[in-house]
Amino acid sequence: MKFGRVLIGLGALITAGAAGAFAYAWKPEIAPINPPERASFDQALIEHGAKLAAVGNCTACHTNPGGKSFAGGLTLPTPFGTIYSSNITPDPETGIGTWSQAAFQRAMRDGIGRKGEHLYPAFPYDHFTIVSDDDNRALYAFLMTRQPVKATPPPNELSFPLNVRLVLAGWKMLFFKDGAYQADASQSEQWNRGAYLVNGLGHCGACHTPRNSLGAEKASLHLAGGEAEGWSAFALDGLSPAPVVWDKDSLFTYLRQGWHPDHGVANGPMGEVTGNLGLLPDSDIRAMATYVASVMGEPSADRRAKSEKLLQEVKSGLITSATSNDQSASSGGKGAAIYQAACAVCHENGRPQPFGGLDLRLSSTVHAPDPQNAINMVLYGLPAASGRTSAIMPGFADVLANDQLNDLLGYLRQHFTDEPAWADVVKRAADTRTGKYHVSIRPSDGIERGPSNIGAEDQ
Amino acid sequence: MNAPRFPNVTRRNLLLGTGALVVSFSLRNQVFAQEGELNVPAKPPEPVAPGPKLPGSLADTPSLDAWIRIDADSSVTVYTGKAELGQGTKTSLRQIAAEELEVPPASIKLITADTAITPNEGFTAGSQTVQNSGTAIRNAAAQVREILIQQASSKLQVPADQLKAKNGRITGPDGKSIGYGEVVMTDMLHVDAQPKSKLKSPEAYQYIGKPFARVDIPAKVTGGQAYVQDMRLPGMVHARVVRPPSWFATLKDIDTASIKAMPGVVAVIHDGNFLAVAAEKEFQAVQAMRALTNLAEWEEKPRLPNEQDMAAVLQKSESEQGVVAEAGADFAGGTETFSAQFLRPYQMHASIGPSCSVAHLDNGTMTVWTHTQGVYPDRKAIAQMLGMPLDKVRCIHTEGSGCYGHNGADDAAGDAALIARALPGRPVKVQWMRDQEHLWEPYGPAMLTKVSASLDASGKIVNWKYDLWSNTHSARPGSAGALLPGQLMASGYPPDKPVMNITPLGNGDRNAIPLYSIPNMRVLWHFVADMPVRVSSLRGLGAYANVFSIESFMDQLAKEAGTDPVEFRLKHMDDPRARKVITTAAEAFSWSNEPMPEGRGRGFAFAKYKNHAAYLALAMEIDVDKETGKIRIPRIVSAVDCGEAVAPDSIRNQTEGGIIQSLSWTLYEEVNFDNTRITSSDWSTYPILRFSAVPGSLDVHIVDNPGSPYLGVAEAAQGPTSAAIANAIANATGKRIYNLPFSPARVKATLGV
Amino acid sequence: MKLNVNGSTHEVDADPATPLLYVLRNDLELNAAKFGCGLGQCGACTVMVDGKAIFSCLTPILLLEGREIKTVEGLGTIDNPGPMQQAFIEEQAAQCGYCIPGMMMRAQALLQSKPDASDAEIQTTLEPNLCRCGTHMRILKAVRRARELMKTAAATPASGGRKI
Repeated sequence: MKFGRVLIGLGALITAGAAGAFAYAWKPEIAPINPPERASFDQALIEHGAKLAAVGNCTACHTNPGGKSFAGGLTLPTPFGTIYSSNITPDPETGIGTWSQAAFQRAMRDGIGRKGEHLYPAFPYDHFTIVSDDDNRALYAFLMTRQPVKATPPPNELSFPLNVRLVLAGWKMLFFKDGAYQADASQSEQWNRGAYLVNGLGHCGACHTPRNSLGAEKASLHLAGGEAEGWSAFALDGLSPAPVVWDKDSLFTYLRQGWHPDHGVANGPMGEVTGNLGLLPDSDIRAMATYVASVMGEPSADRRAKSEKLLQEVKSGLITSATSNDQSASSGGKGAAIYQAACAVCHENGRPQPFGGLDLRLSSTVHAPDPQNAINMVLYGLPAASGRTSAIMPGFADVLANDQLNDLLGYLRQHFTDEPAWADVVKRAADTRTGKYHVSIRPSDGIERGPSNIGAEDQ
Repeated sequence: MNAPRFPNVTRRNLLLGTGALVVSFSLRNQVFAQEGELNVPAKPPEPVAPGPKLPGSLADTPSLDAWIRIDADSSVTVYTGKAELGQGTKTSLRQIAAEELEVPPASIKLITADTAITPNEGFTAGSQTVQNSGTAIRNAAAQVREILIQQASSKLQVPADQLKAKNGRITGPDGKSIGYGEVVMTDMLHVDAQPKSKLKSPEAYQYIGKPFARVDIPAKVTGGQAYVQDMRLPGMVHARVVRPPSWFATLKDIDTASIKAMPGVVAVIHDGNFLAVAAEKEFQAVQAMRALTNLAEWEEKPRLPNEQDMAAVLQKSESEQGVVAEAGADFAGGTETFSAQFLRPYQMHASIGPSCSVAHLDNGTMTVWTHTQGVYPDRKAIAQMLGMPLDKVRCIHTEGSGCYGHNGADDAAGDAALIARALPGRPVKVQWMRDQEHLWEPYGPAMLTKVSASLDASGKIVNWKYDLWSNTHSARPGSAGALLPGQLMASGYPPDKPVMNITPLGNGDRNAIPLYSIPNMRVLWHFVADMPVRVSSLRGLGAYANVFSIESFMDQLAKEAGTDPVEFRLKHMDDPRARKVITTAAEAFSWSNEPMPEGRGRGFAFAKYKNHAAYLALAMEIDVDKETGKIRIPRIVSAVDCGEAVAPDSIRNQTEGGIIQSLSWTLYEEVNFDNTRITSSDWSTYPILRFSAVPGSLDVHIVDNPGSPYLGVAEAAQGPTSAAIANAIANATGKRIYNLPFSPARVKATLGV
Repeated sequence: MKLNVNGSTHEVDADPATPLLYVLRNDLELNAAKFGCGLGQCGACTVMVDGKAIFSCLTPILLLEGREIKTVEGLGTIDNPGPMQQAFIEEQAAQCGYCIPGMMMRAQALLQSKPDASDAEIQTTLEPNLCRCGTHMRILKAVRRARELMKTAAATPASGGRKI
């Protein structure tokens, strides 16, 4: 992100039409209320709100790992500086305990806090704006009945002028369109439900859509791929890198249980997403899957053929021969030796997903245009979750020197895909190791029990 | 020298047979099980004459020289039929012997469970080592000391009552002294023990009850040899087994020629459903095992019950009933009756080091080094499996990683022996893989319990009905059919038929009888013979589930009676030592009924293990996060009374360990399976407690009773810990969880939104 | 191939794909690092390479030429235990003891690079290592003790053991 361009852009904005901008920018305070009693909310409404909060994944940003739920304080590195998530427990002093329903609604619909302050779009109100009034009521009921926690997050670390919230008015003017969801009459109810969930509370585009230099999602590249917390969020449109094409059924399975035999387990920030979706009924997950499948569109005949062939080979145990993109023998040799000695023990032992190593021929990570996820997986693996089953992969950061990592990744790319070699792996890996490029490491979340009925058929 | 006791094993032929069996070790460098010289000419054991009962294991092995040997150089050797499982046995038994023999503990050579040399003390199980072996050794040592003094008396011409034993010497009033070694004579100790011994009194203790560094720790933290996994014998090969994917699977035809041809492979064993491979180098064995696993095709049968439905499964599978306790009348009195039902899943030992064994067939004798809890029973089963006479099979206990009951050790010993038979002359080391240990060790059985009780107008319990459904908790060898290789081989043996056995020390019914004063009580064990899942003894046996149920229910009753939970227990407890332990824990914890912040709760529980062994009470404070279902434990305070405390640090260590292990069982652990296979095959699929979940603080207060009999303590914490958590959750949230484990998902589901 | 273990170079005749653990235990007859799972899930095999804690069960020796490998044996001897070993002995921080070498190596790697690591950091660092006997409290206490011993030459003796 070019900071200079940011300044100029915003400076221009503020200067031109300053009066009008001010009128647009200034929002009134909504009067504080006493924190509402739990009894004032219908239990069914609270439970509905819980499901919605799961789709919205509120806890992912508003809970510091190991800390109290919804009490904020999570560090969110952005290209503009560091933001700390706010406390959204119903504590009157440090949380949202004094927020009325109207104040909450305004935050979701317009990105404005109770006192009239503009909220940073790290809180994805550009998505939450489409959430219906009814759903906002349910979310409010849920949040206001959580355990109040007294906790004040650290102040944000943003440089001038970004630390002046008024500036966000300009951003909104350029990039934010508020308003609840409008159904597309030409599509089915299921599709619309999916679009509402995916584009609204699901805020999938917040990770899966590329952003411009001012940090706004590029509207014309909806779900064309983005990044989150140091991970590539793969394209969910026609550019999907998955070697086996997704369809609405496989997407449903993946979102439902956090893994799919032909694709692997949810890792990185996606782990928590699939974990949370565990609360939703099948119908909602199916709706989301249907919508995303439609965004992906029909794969080309060529791609579909390749996908079928691959599935055949994997299921029959055939090893694909080395592809035409053969790298030089020596580097392939070293990478191959590392793979055989350190990786194949899990990735080729036949143990089924989600607990076995994925057959890398099926791996989106290895097929993706960007090597970042492959770097993350090899360096950091998947740590063990605490207190529940989860796929575990050890990290190799301290075992592989950068050149060895480069050899290994080159081999994976060349041996398991037809894609061109990744550029810049060494530099990217070095930046990742030093923390210059910050990556969040999470256990694989939300894995339901592993596949059942392996072995004998039902009798 | 010492008495002939064990047939056909002389030092000479032992050394020849094993070649590298190094017999004399310095404690400082190595801590192998076998220490000291072996000099035991043959003579069959003499029948025990009936008479007054001898203390501890002396009752089965009364001859003093079976336990203690003094050499001409005054060196002392102590024999025990018990094994070091990580509980500190090697240290505590030394302390006991040293105390009565008046020698420094470091000078004692301790030989543990070895079928050729040591007494048969059955299994090292049930927390009975100090109670039985310690008692035997203590009394034997005291009596040996008196014999030495008598001998010295005649040698020194000084009356015995003027002589004192100290530091390996016997000294008279005028400074005349004589070393133990100068006093010993052939067969001097080949006498039966007397029922009573002249034991030192607690004020004179130098070693018992004193802080004492464990003898095995220095080597273990500096890379010394300590475990069977560390054994290296000349010519040794490395072996791996290939197990079926499920218990009832059968192997289809297989051509192992390609495996035999792999680098380093010296043997491929295919015997029925038993598959194994041996190679010169360990990694070669691992690679051959992987290839053999891929090659093997199995026919599987869906034999496993529905994991989601175990309460119904257990009740449907009841095969017979036994009365565990019956007192008073059936439906006597009470103003209101309450009831509850509890469920415990299959849980596993999951020892950190998968089972391992070394076996060597040499000159017709099969020697097996194994971390089994019972060398004698394991030997018997192996001998039967191999069709060898008993005296041609020797099992020597060698430490493995932590042992919490009947795990894969006995089977691995059988595996090693079966493979060694195919490679006469070459020692064979079998190492199980992680998934093999997880999938094949016998589990702690799933249990269902139902309890109902009535309170009278004053809030006291007047009647109590308790029903439990469970498999047997012991499938130990037994016959060759108790061993996996014994079942898998072509001429395989069927597993031993499980038998319901109701005894005071308990099995599935262990601790099913509450220690509380209840005038009318009926306890029934609904025995489930059918075992589609392999089960046996896991630390505590039935006590874990029974104490969980009883102590959870006591809290429920206390609430109904409007009484504080600690008060309620004291109201029903006459045993003064139990009362002391309960009040000690409650006071040390500062137990109260003060309101606590939201999500925080306190819980209490108590039990006397087996109603015969140690008393333990504990209190804990927890925080429940409703959103995640996670439980954090800021503090735990416990009190334990195990009679005279021999090794206080060991008691603390075992109690802390038992509490933390029980935390793990209670919060996380359940074996998962589908209708054909167990799916909990490693730490990803069977998570246990990690450092992030340890309690903030854990205190153990020992209530010492110097001079009183030893009470087994190693399993005392399992049951009370689980109930204390359940009670704390109920206290924190108003909701009680009845099914183990208290996984985050279950806690969330119970608490709702 | 040549491996540098505990300061000495060893010529090892093994398949380069062999995991370090087997080479340490069999070729070099070093006992401390243990086989616990072979899957990188339990940490019983933990040793140090270039000052970082790694799983030796999953690290093929072909990756380790020219690197400095350190095992528990390199921390001291039974006659002359190093501060980490001394701390574990003083605190009697073991039940079966099988997981302890792995714990010590991970803790050593932390304290070498961060002598002032906080109690919380110690606890977080040990997360990849499992203990089944429940010795966690003592292990944490021992590592805290090691932190002090590593800083100061002279140390006051801790409670809990008479040396024999």
